[in-house]
Amino acid sequence: MGLDFTVIPQYLDIILWGALWTILITLGAAAVSFIGGMILAVIALYAPKLVRLPFRAFAFLFMGTPLLLQLFLIYFGLVQVGIDVPAVMAGIIGLGLHFAVYNSELFQTGILAVDKGQIEAARTLGLGRMQALRKVVVPQAIRDVIPPVGNNMIALLKDSALVSVIGVSELTLSAQRAIGSTYRPFEFYVLVAVIYYIINLFMEAAQRRVERRVQASR
Amino acid sequence: MNDQGDHMTDQKPFVDIQHAQKSYGALEVLKDINLQVQKGQIVAIIGPSGSGKSTLLRAINDLDPLTGGEIWLEDKQINKNLPHRQYEKHINLVRQEIGMVFQHFNLFPHLTVRGNVTLAPKMLKGLSDADANKLAEEQLDKVGMLERIDYYPSQLSGGQKQRVAIARALAMNPKVMLFDEATSALDPELVEEVNLVMKKLAEEHMTMIIVTHEMSFAESVCDRVLFMDQGVVVEEGPPEVMFRNPKNDRTKEFLRKHLAGQHR
Ligand SMILES: Nc1ncnc2c1ncn2[C@@H]1O[C@H](COP(=O)(O)OP(=O)(O)O)[C@@H](O)[C@H]1O
Ligand SMILES: [Mg+2]
Repeated sequence: MGLDFTVIPQYLDIILWGALWTILITLGAAAVSFIGGMILAVIALYAPKLVRLPFRAFAFLFMGTPLLLQLFLIYFGLVQVGIDVPAVMAGIIGLGLHFAVYNSELFQTGILAVDKGQIEAARTLGLGRMQALRKVVVPQAIRDVIPPVGNNMIALLKDSALVSVIGVSELTLSAQRAIGSTYRPFEFYVLVAVIYYIINLFMEAAQRRVERRVQASR
Repeated sequence: MNDQGDHMTDQKPFVDIQHAQKSYGALEVLKDINLQVQKGQIVAIIGPSGSGKSTLLRAINDLDPLTGGEIWLEDKQINKNLPHRQYEKHINLVRQEIGMVFQHFNLFPHLTVRGNVTLAPKMLKGLSDADANKLAEEQLDKVGMLERIDYYPSQLSGGQKQRVAIARALAMNPKVMLFDEATSALDPELVEEVNLVMKKLAEEHMTMIIVTHEMSFAESVCDRVLFMDQGVVVEEGPPEVMFRNPKNDRTKEFLRKHLAGQHR
């Protein structure tokens, strides 16, 4: 049995739908990981111990256990305690929180690296601690960690394939379905690999664009 | 320059520092400093590096809180004893009334010149975008930086940055301006443009406390000069006396060394 790529057009719509879900989940989870990561960073750096400790435990949990397990827990586990999360939501939340923990580390480094004179200048004008953080420190920290956070987002895109295990018809699961009826794994896996790669290229381009835009603000 | 006689009367001081004391552990950096500044007066603080000039200036807006003594602005005590939350509120309000200019400018690099000047007025005084813009244009015009309103700090020279930093402070309409070696980080050819802006403020009778190493500038704009060494005010007086005819040996020594280093 040789290779036969002519089977692809027939299943292209399934695959493209899958790609769309992958993009959607990636964007959603990226947003969660970004906002969540920043909140975690600020808590880790500035919250009183009593608040900090439970969040630290949470971070350890998310860093020290497999993402796959976290997705199972959110999707299958929470139902048992009466929280029914739709699969797509579970995927976005699970992926998002997982990468929020990693982003939080980067944001913390970024925040600590902002020159102390910046806070002093803001406080001198009369801004409160949180106002200075929000308007002066955090924007500069974000600007400075765009490259490593961008890398995390690309890892997130790749890990979004794991969401297939809770039944979300994203790219990988769509390919499996197409393969199930055509028995042509090579053709479809190659196709899907190419699509992941293209999405990846777009993300890198977006990242470069953002980096160029913040260039003047250094 | 202000008429000295007017201000030397016994009216209540505008800025009143009483028995200021500051220690870092065992190191006493300020030792019983007393300084009264009248409204509209301009005071220069000179002295060798490490003598406590910055610490004193930064104590005034509580960036480096004192460990003893009192600081008053008009009828308000700045460093008063309050529970933490109340103190934060209090000090944020006090700081709005005290402009500070740093040696290294500390402009916000992620904001344009306009953004730098409008940030605090918008956040703290609730100015609309339009009003804040107008205010920024006025203040930037005053320091000669209006044409650069949409530039980022990274696109400006040191002198231009410092002029923007002054405009940013002025936009809060402060009662006092504090300058901590505002021209020390500048290339020599850029010093004058900043000095000119400070002179302009002097002509408008802005109350100012200026830490500086530029004796000729201090002599030309100040009403009074303090010489600090090792955490104490060694000598103070009008500039013509302090620079031409100081009494204290340490002052003489400092000025002699300093002028020798500065000229020829
Ligand atoms: N955060 C600090 N911890 C310990 N010592 C400090 C600190 N800040 C300043 N000092 C010390 O206080 C003294 C006065 O410093 P400073 O006010 O900066 O002097 P000046 O501005 O006159 O050069 C110096 O001996 C300096 O080392
Ligand atoms: Mg100093």
